[in-house]
Amino acid sequence: MAASAATYKERQFLAVIGDEDSVTGLLLAGIGHVTEPPGSQRNFLVVDSKTETSEIERAFQNFTQERKDIAVLLINQHIAERIRHSVDAFADPFPAVLEIPSKDHPYDPEKDSVLKRVRRLFGE
Amino acid sequence: MSGAVGREAVFPTRQSLGLMKNKLKGAEIGHSLLKRKSEALTKRFRDITRRIDEAKQKMGRVMQIAAFSLAEVSYAVGGDIGYQIQESAKQARFRVRTKQENISGVLLPTFESYTEEGVNDFGLTGLGKGGQQIQRCRETYARAVETLVELASLQTAFLILDEVIKVVNRRVNAIEHVIIPRTENTIKYINSELDELDREEFYRLKKVSGKKKRDVAAADAEILAARRKAEEEQAANPKAPAATATAIFAEEETADVLGEQEDNDVIF
Repeated sequence: MAASAATYKERQFLAVIGDEDSVTGLLLAGIGHVTEPPGSQRNFLVVDSKTETSEIERAFQNFTQERKDIAVLLINQHIAERIRHSVDAFADPFPAVLEIPSKDHPYDPEKDSVLKRVRRLFGE
Repeated sequence: MSGAVGREAVFPTRQSLGLMKNKLKGAEIGHSLLKRKSEALTKRFRDITRRIDEAKQKMGRVMQIAAFSLAEVSYAVGGDIGYQIQESAKQARFRVRTKQENISGVLLPTFESYTEEGVNDFGLTGLGKGGQQIQRCRETYARAVETLVELASLQTAFLILDEVIKVVNRRVNAIEHVIIPRTENTIKYINSELDELDREEFYRLKKVSGKKKRDVAAADAEILAARRKAEEEQAANPKAPAATATAIFAEEETADVLGEQEDNDVIF
């Protein structure tokens, strides 16, 4: 329940699933990381209108379940909407999944899965 | 309610009564402790939810500013730098480490951001033009990410606390509504059984003493009857010497009866 130290000691990176502008900005802040080859993996995914939902889904599973070095997963809210059921189903404390606004999509607190839980808890 | 809870399967003895009383005391102490823990956690939880709400609003503003500064960059550079940046990202400069915070026995992790020194993937980005804008954009985004990390730790604490509070409340309710009533029921049961045993014992003693009394009365009556018979015989035939065994017995009896002071010995 309260996660043991080992499960999050290794977690030191942030990951992003977002549109190009968000990813570019966050990479400029210096969160981008590519693991050592072979099998090098990026910790970011650029999503545009042509990206398949299954690909987003796969990246989400990869960042949340498979990789053990990610502490926070940032995901644009409009992209989270596309895989809403996975985001809502993911309730583990690690990594923390954070929905962020993007340039074209202002932040809507009503859709955030965590804020929804907050609202439900306080019966609003 | 108490009927549905039932009682524990124990023998109604004084020893188990003592055990049950201890158990009830323990359950009450545990209940009050857990209740206090739950209250402390809930207080913290409300605090965190409020801060999450605030942080989310702040994040909205910060991300807007950051997006604006990125727009400045693309204007200054005069083209798309996204691809270049994605390709040149190699080592994370901005990282987080986790620390633990202890709230009434619950370990809450908090993220803390730090920058890995000596890593600069974007040294050449914006070398031609727009270097200043890019620098500013990086700073803005770094601040934005710091806000995000703060929010992430709040959110993690929120999720863990939520889980822990549920567990604690479940325990509190279990103790309050199952364990305490059941133990009380058991104590009541043992007490009633013990009372029952006491009553049985008392009744038995009463019976025994009644029986004894009846026996004594019967023996008295027999002796009295024998005495009277002997007296009658003596009255009817005072001079006749005792010839038979019964007469001898009667004579003896008569002699005893006449000796008033020996009366007590004969009757027990």
